[in-house]
Amino acid sequence: MSETQGLRAWLLTDTPTSRRHAKYAAAYQGWLSFRSNTMAMIGLWILVFLIFVAVAAPLIAPHDPFEQTLSNRLQGLNSEGHLLGTDSLGRDILSRLIYGSRITLFIVGLVALIAPITGLLVGTVAGYVGGWTDTILMRITDIFLAFPRLVLALAFVAALGAGIENAVLAISLTAWPPYARMARAETLTIRSSDYISAIQLQGAGPMRIITKHIWPLCISSLIVRVTLDMAGIILAAAGLGFLGLGAQPPSPEWGAMISEGRRFILDSWWVATVPGLAIFTVSLAFNLLGDGLRDVLDPKDAEK
Amino acid sequence: MTLLDVKNLWVKFPSRHGVFDAVRGVSFTLGRERLGIVGESGSGKSLTGRSILKLIRPPGIMTADQISLEGEDLMQKSEKEMQAVRGQRISMVMQDPKFSLNPVMTIGEQIMEAYRLHNSVGKKAAFIKAVEMLEAVSIRDAERVMRAYPHEMSGGMGQRIMIAMMLIPNPQILIADEPTSALDVSVQRQVLDIMDKLVTERGMGLIFISHDLNLVADFCDRVLIMYAGRIVEVCDADKLHEAKHPYTQGLLNSLPRLDAPCARLKVLQRDPAWSEAPSVSGRI
Amino acid sequence: MTMINVKNLNVWFGRGRDRVDAVKGATFAVERGDSFGLVGESGSGKSTILRAIMGLAPDWSGQITVDGNVISGRRKPAFYKQVQMVFQDPYASLHPRHSVDQVLGETLFLHGFEGIDTRVAKLLDDVGLGAKFRFRYPHQLSGGQRQRVAIARALAAEPQILLLDEPTSALDVSVQAEILNLLADLREERGLTYVMVSHDLSVVGHMCNNLAVMKDGEIVEIMGVDALRNMQAKHPYSQHLLEASV
Repeated sequence: MSETQGLRAWLLTDTPTSRRHAKYAAAYQGWLSFRSNTMAMIGLWILVFLIFVAVAAPLIAPHDPFEQTLSNRLQGLNSEGHLLGTDSLGRDILSRLIYGSRITLFIVGLVALIAPITGLLVGTVAGYVGGWTDTILMRITDIFLAFPRLVLALAFVAALGAGIENAVLAISLTAWPPYARMARAETLTIRSSDYISAIQLQGAGPMRIITKHIWPLCISSLIVRVTLDMAGIILAAAGLGFLGLGAQPPSPEWGAMISEGRRFILDSWWVATVPGLAIFTVSLAFNLLGDGLRDVLDPKDAEK
Repeated sequence: MTLLDVKNLWVKFPSRHGVFDAVRGVSFTLGRERLGIVGESGSGKSLTGRSILKLIRPPGIMTADQISLEGEDLMQKSEKEMQAVRGQRISMVMQDPKFSLNPVMTIGEQIMEAYRLHNSVGKKAAFIKAVEMLEAVSIRDAERVMRAYPHEMSGGMGQRIMIAMMLIPNPQILIADEPTSALDVSVQRQVLDIMDKLVTERGMGLIFISHDLNLVADFCDRVLIMYAGRIVEVCDADKLHEAKHPYTQGLLNSLPRLDAPCARLKVLQRDPAWSEAPSVSGRI
Repeated sequence: MTMINVKNLNVWFGRGRDRVDAVKGATFAVERGDSFGLVGESGSGKSTILRAIMGLAPDWSGQITVDGNVISGRRKPAFYKQVQMVFQDPYASLHPRHSVDQVLGETLFLHGFEGIDTRVAKLLDDVGLGAKFRFRYPHQLSGGQRQRVAIARALAAEPQILLLDEPTSALDVSVQAEILNLLADLREERGLTYVMVSHDLSVVGHMCNNLAVMKDGEIVEIMGVDALRNMQAKHPYSQHLLEASV
């Protein structure tokens, strides 16, 4: 007991004694303020649960998600052995949902890596260097922004061929421009601040200033933005799946599952509704998480 | 005559490390006079000013035995009733006029709107009144200023306009929180003169919050010196330089002076006992 | 010997119709070991002169000589080892996500020093901050402590000249006294040359030997501190400024 209290005091100190101590203390205080936000914690728990389900899919799924039993097709909710019923080919919906979470995480993870990093690179370079570089990079960004997102993704997928990897690539390509805009706007304010002038006066070059001084301040707001956008990305992936341009059958991608269930929506509503609810829950979880992260990470609040 | 009577005012901020008392048991009265509140940042002087209008935002909590405005206890008033007090009977001028004026409305529109909010008159009458108000705060060329937007105004102009707007409803008390800190010295003087003239002419009570000892000594009648949320000393402004409390003396000594050059400035030695001692009453 | 010589300096922002002349034909010289004050009201161009010397103002003309070397184009690393600057607002001049240790360590690294660990400790000691402040972040420091860190950063390169841009105007008077004393001590220990910008005549009177009064981008008068103390300003604007601040 006293040891945990000692640890708590150690983490809450205003006078850290070493580099590591300072880092841990800052992280712990961030966690405390995040934890006080109930909605964000709910979002976090849903996502932790999703990751757990994806990792442990083979252990917790009651059936093989690809096993077809045509005699057992379109069983209702809570029918024998099928908690969430079966689809038009007699496959267990719950198992497909569980395996589908892997695909969802795959999409989310890849897009969350590609789009913000591209955006951050383009935006900070454009914002810091300025001049012609800025003009050229921002016009390219504008061109990407001018297309409706799904239409552009459709064009990419049509050119690259249908499939989940190409869908991810297409979504990433359409998702980075807003991040670039945001990173540029932030860079412009950061660039003119005294602490950047101060480090310039120590002879620091643009590379060091961008990576060590501007990025740490942009990244937090980017993370917030990404989590808030995640819902949109999941929906775009589901939309591509629904249109048959994303994951291909028999892959249990949630959007594709809705697409398959569409034909029976009047007689067997659950086939389309259950994956829809899953998409809704995960999107909501990301939104809640993003809201909470904004409170913790926003550099404007860090000053207080 | 006493306009305002504050008894045992506390402002607390609960935090992870326990409750932080920002203002601790402050009591004072305000008559038709210029009352200065001086202190360093974090002394609770601005919070004291805001508390009078009950403008402490959560999680901050304010308590007081009473805050009576001409015999009416403001502590008993609801938020809605307070709105009739704010601006109407007690006005406040903030440090930076840029944040207090609406950037997309001309100054004339803003003054006229403020005036018509308090008086049911037509546009024409409001316009005449607004020009009058601007002239009262020594703005020449008032009709041109009426058509201008806030960003076209200098700091000193902006602050005069703010004062003009605050005075429209003819309040009994004006609270000025560092009204001249953002201004250049020469403009500072003019703004103070205007405030002084208006306060004397209208018989208002003025609470002047500032960190600048010399300014307060010059401008006010009576001064409360605050330290760590308490009033440590109350004295007449013209006797500020004879102040007895070591904190006040320390502050005065730490100022560089043109007429008394020295190699090193005296540094204020803070005594923890200052923040423990009970608050001195500023009541008359 | 003349440490800084500024001749006919013009600084402007924007071009064409939007051009604003912030400094017009400023000329002054600062001797080695001297402290020179630039006073004036906001917008008089006093800070802009400092920024132009440091290379933070892109468009300027005229001649700036530092220790006999004419400054032109991009400043070289050797220049930054000789001249450093302390900014006005200690709340804006420290990176919000960098600890004191990171700020000073990186500065020392950029100037190519060895033994950074001991040097950081020494710097903190020199500006009156103990070792316990080393791993704090700016939000865990008071205004005066931040300004001490900013001064330590400027001293890290062991410069001969410090440009001080209103170093105490954002601070309380008691803290101002501490910082001014620190600056005076450092000047004595290290034989520094100061150029100090301030709107406060009594601060400049306390710190400097000579000062220039600026109005609307022009230097209207250069005088010694004795003339200031005896209220012997010649130009009507300086007289007006003196009267307002006493």
